[in-house]
Amino acid sequence: MIQFIQNLGRNTCISFNKLGRSTYFLLQTMSGMFSVLGRPRLLLNQMYSVGVLSFLIITISGLFVGMVLGLQGFYTLSDFGAEETLGVMVAASLVRELGPVVSALLFAGRAGSALTAEIGLMKATEQLSGMEMMAVDPIKRIITPRFLAGLISMPILAALFSAVGIIGGQMIGCGLLGVDEGAYWSQMQANIDFQDDIINGVIKSIVFGFVTSWIALFEGYDAIPTSEGVSRATTRTVVNSAFSILGLDFILTALMFGDN
Amino acid sequence: MQHTSTQDTLVGLFVASGIVGLFFLAMQVSNLTSFVDEDSYTVTARFDNSGGLKIKSPVSAAGVKVGKVSSIYLDPKTYQSVVQLSINSKFNTLPDDTTASIFTAGLLGEQYVNLEPGGSDVYLQKNGKIEITQSAIILEKVIGQFLFKSAEEKK
Repeated sequence: MIQFIQNLGRNTCISFNKLGRSTYFLLQTMSGMFSVLGRPRLLLNQMYSVGVLSFLIITISGLFVGMVLGLQGFYTLSDFGAEETLGVMVAASLVRELGPVVSALLFAGRAGSALTAEIGLMKATEQLSGMEMMAVDPIKRIITPRFLAGLISMPILAALFSAVGIIGGQMIGCGLLGVDEGAYWSQMQANIDFQDDIINGVIKSIVFGFVTSWIALFEGYDAIPTSEGVSRATTRTVVNSAFSILGLDFILTALMFGDN
Repeated sequence: MQHTSTQDTLVGLFVASGIVGLFFLAMQVSNLTSFVDEDSYTVTARFDNSGGLKIKSPVSAAGVKVGKVSSIYLDPKTYQSVVQLSINSKFNTLPDDTTASIFTAGLLGEQYVNLEPGGSDVYLQKNGKIEITQSAIILEKVIGQFLFKSAEEKK
């Protein structure tokens, strides 16, 4: 029993300690923002490895998610004779929820885990301490460009996911199942609001990009510098990112769409 | 990591495709295009009951959408529902004896305001008032009246 209470206390201390360190890490990262703007090369390189290389998985998943939504939505809606509102259903669920959430989950798996492994290995092979020896701040040189790249790429990827998904839904709905194409688009335009739906979706994806990049970079930076430590850190990145994305999504949805 | 110009091009293409995606969402998916001609004027209509009418509900004349509901509030003196209609300036020739009624689109559809133009030569002005109105039909009320009536007749 005493053992249990001891463990509880220790684990609480450890988690608060980690939270504090990660906040300090985030502040350090943010303070490096301006120096990165002076060296756009670093940012461009990271945009390539974080954003461009995630492009394919995001668009292909978006296409399939849209197609599945079109198929499933059609079967449910045709029971009520409301096939014309298929466009609204596909677009609303993609723009509000699935676009930001699924692309953030994929992003955490595709780019977040790579970031953690890269930085964890840099730490394990003492590249980070090497930089410090040469009076180069590893946070400014390594972490901040990656953080910014994640922050910029995420909304772009989420917008692409939604756009491709809507086209996928249209392909299945109008091409295969025979929903009227004009009704698909016009119902969508009548019911999707730019401010309420699309801007809120973009805000969501910016928040998710912020959180996933933060988690991935901190876990890498904080990893125990052994092979096992890096592998654990990578696992933690994916698990923690998924939790925070889904939890934050609930909170954001309640805040944004709660009143209507 | 080496810097190559293909990498730069790919990053450029990536950002551009993101902008195109967002542009597509804004123009093709949302109602942003209908926001462009925001030039409109407001008229007020008083209903005894505005039913399930909401802000942004459509206002139409002869089936054509001419505007939207901009605000709904309760008049504390007359206990009437005051509905402000924001009508596109293109449709500025509505006579001042226009009737406003609240109808339902479809069986379960949303409610909208229908404008039935009258025969007057004077047009509705900005901040004008629609005098003749017909309230929303509340299904429960109608059923209640029907049941009450049929019970009366049986006596």
